Amino acid sequence: MAIQKICGIETEYGIVLRGTDDPNPIAASSVLINSYLHELERRSASAGAAPKVGWDFEDEQPGTDARGFSPLGAMAPEVETHLVNAVLTNGARYYVDHAHPECSTPECSDARSVVVFDRAAERILQTSMDAARRLLPAGQEIVVYKNNSDGKGNSYGCHENYLMDRAVPFGRIVSHVTPHFITRQIFCGAGKVGCEAGLGPDEVPFQISQRADFFEEEVGLETTLKRPIVNTRDEPHADAQKYRRLHVIIGDANLSEVATFLKVGTTALVLAMIEDEFLPREFAFASPVGALRRVSYDLTLRQPIALADGATVTALEVQWELFTRARKYADDVGLACVGEQVGNEVLRRWEAVLNGLESDPSALAGQLDWVAKHRLVDAYRERHGLEWGDARLAALDLQYHDLRPDRSLAARVGLERLTTDDEVERAMTEPPPDTRAYFRGKCLQKYATDVVAANWDSLVFDIGEEPLRRVPMMEPTRGTAAHVGSLIAASETSAELLERLGS
Amino acid sequence: MAEREQIRKSPSEKAEVEVDDAPATSEKGEKLKAELDDLLDEIDEVLETNAEDFVRSFVQKGGQ
Repeated sequence: MAIQKICGIETEYGIVLRGTDDPNPIAASSVLINSYLHELERRSASAGAAPKVGWDFEDEQPGTDARGFSPLGAMAPEVETHLVNAVLTNGARYYVDHAHPECSTPECSDARSVVVFDRAAERILQTSMDAARRLLPAGQEIVVYKNNSDGKGNSYGCHENYLMDRAVPFGRIVSHVTPHFITRQIFCGAGKVGCEAGLGPDEVPFQISQRADFFEEEVGLETTLKRPIVNTRDEPHADAQKYRRLHVIIGDANLSEVATFLKVGTTALVLAMIEDEFLPREFAFASPVGALRRVSYDLTLRQPIALADGATVTALEVQWELFTRARKYADDVGLACVGEQVGNEVLRRWEAVLNGLESDPSALAGQLDWVAKHRLVDAYRERHGLEWGDARLAALDLQYHDLRPDRSLAARVGLERLTTDDEVERAMTEPPPDTRAYFRGKCLQKYATDVVAANWDSLVFDIGEEPLRRVPMMEPTRGTAAHVGSLIAASETSAELLERLGS
Repeated sequence: MAEREQIRKSPSEKAEVEVDDAPATSEKGEKLKAELDDLLDEIDEVLETNAEDFVRSFVQKGGQ
């Protein structure tokens, strides 16, 4: 049986500092994040909790007990202080990475939860922009873009992570997930005006994906150059004997909630089927990198792609087959590992979107980013009689991703919502109740002054006695409200909590 | 594969339905076009004023 597909998204945002001749993106990213932390401190001043906790880079941990928690007194971790690297009370991580502000959602139990926390991350960035505006000199403004490329050959990522069973051979994951990664862009691509891989506007006026131009390898460890379709980073942030974290670097950052939901939901299902050996057929492409770009450049979705055995398929045919297997998987095995209700909703929307793409893609402008963007850009082009290489179309593309509510074009194209404003607002500060992020977030809320460092798989407490105390969290499915909610509620101090956890 | 064939029938079934619905579909098309026109009018007010400068100065460092 496939294990529960705990998942999350980490997004690097584009950043622009306006009103200065020397826009240093690293400094701007630091100002942005520090402005947010400052704002949190200001808001919580009365409550006395300032959740400004450093990230702890110590990532090697001994094994765990059955509950996933065993306070160890013997280790004195070092606390990283020189980078802006914060842990938030919703369990997320907010930091500067490669000259971009980056926000990682907390670990989520299903695709819908990821959508909520991805949205909450957007709200955190928006709040950060507002806070920075108040702190910056008059005339300066930091603007954040949720996209993956500057249109000039520089790309930054939106990575997904999925918990997998370590026992599954990596080769099997690669061979079965590659066709999904090559073809899923037809519903989760964010769309892009032009091409950054050497073709002009006559050849590629508009393409489905932001990222396809930047992938050059099939499998590999790199993430910043020679990017591979399947990334081999093996850093489980969990019990390495039991788990693998599949680090997916190929996706676009989506503004559409439906697209994020399908991106994560279909991938979790495909990975579950790989774990349960439920995918009989391998689509081995003759040239996976070439196929990735062909799919991205083909707005008709009709172009045949060559397989290694000489046959051809279209992206839609691959997706129909994966969908069909997933529906059978639901019937035969069940959807417990991706959440029964959410899994069924993924199947329903997956089928609807494939039907829509097959009959009339333009009808999906309220659901898919690339369709929404293409419709907008193309209508603007026609109205003003512009050529495809015109800067005004490239500007529309960038502004689609502008996170300022008064400037965002994505906010104006009528994208369907799956979340409510209230739940998103709550997710900015409240952790998901059903993963270990609950423990991280609640401890930061309640014992903020005692938590001196945190990372994905541990928390470090200073309870006033030497040495610091590290609490390992090697089981992503433990530390939920059901497991530790009453323990935390009953513990007035962190010392009490550690005592209860140790008993 | 039988299941897949079954699924793939649905678009052609739908195509037949669309023929019956032709007047409604074109009405819907008109409505969509009107909405798109409104949208274009609306975004004109929020678009970057100098697209060329904006696009040229939008330079990011490569990330992951």
